[in-house]
Amino acid sequence: MVEVGLSHYLTVAAILFTLGVFGIFLNRKNVIIILMSVELILLAVNINLVAFSIHLNDLAGQVFALLILAIAAAEAAIGLAIIVVYFRNRGSIAVEDINLMKG
Amino acid sequence: MIQVISFYAFSAVTIAAAVMVISARNPVHSVLFLILAFFNAAGLFVLMGAEFIAMILVIVYVGAVAVLFLFVVMMLDINFVELRQGFLQYLPIGGLVGLVLLAELVLVLGSWVIAPDTASRASAPVPAAAEVTNTHAIGRVLYTDYIYLFQAAGLILLIAMIGAIVLTLRSRNGVKRQNISSQVSRTREESVEIRHIEPGSGV
Repeated sequence: MVEVGLSHYLTVAAILFTLGVFGIFLNRKNVIIILMSVELILLAVNINLVAFSIHLNDLAGQVFALLILAIAAAEAAIGLAIIVVYFRNRGSIAVEDINLMKG
Repeated sequence: MIQVISFYAFSAVTIAAAVMVISARNPVHSVLFLILAFFNAAGLFVLMGAEFIAMILVIVYVGAVAVLFLFVVMMLDINFVELRQGFLQYLPIGGLVGLVLLAELVLVLGSWVIAPDTASRASAPVPAAAEVTNTHAIGRVLYTDYIYLFQAAGLILLIAMIGAIVLTLRSRNGVKRQNISSQVSRTREESVEIRHIEPGSGV
């Protein structure tokens, strides 16, 4: 067996990123799944940052992973709040009706 | 040896859980698979040697974000079968974009090399693991070199909190609320009335 190196982690992150993008296309009608796909993409980015941080012996990558974690939490909170307000107004969360809400 | 086995186990479960997140029929199952994916990604982080990020991932993502998702999925009364319509309609274009993206990422991975002197130019070199723990080392740079970014992240979280409250707070009419001052300042005259009822006449 080969030793686990940087490229292994990058491959996992690339597959996760692709799955996240794929999920956005696949669930065009369900905003909640789209938000979850965005979380998957951010997780893949975090894996990349931490893998490079360990490989290059530089802590800055882990600090940035931490900041991305905070931004992802904020993004999820705001996104879900928007979904709740939208559901209250329209009674559904269908994505294609969202453009009806412009003034 | 054990490291290799754990890496393949963690990454396989992470990717399988990610597949289930985007393809599960029930969004509640999606959230639960998202939690599984986060836990296994945390395992990958521990394997890499970034223990602090791994624990923060479990605490922030599983403890806060995933529970938030679960709350919203269960709170909204949505006909999820209706939302699944057109699932297969977008499969070809989605698969095409995914394949192109994956091919590009693989091309980048296969052709790129790190400049040999990159490691010597690290902006925050990792101290030897025997000296300080990972958490200690992150704390040393996070609160000194990256203090402005740290504060900015705090501000963004504050704005997100205020934004979420402003968006979802609503004042409804017809809700009975307590008014302490008016309740306490009631006098006997305005709250009790004594009436004489003639015997046998009823009220």
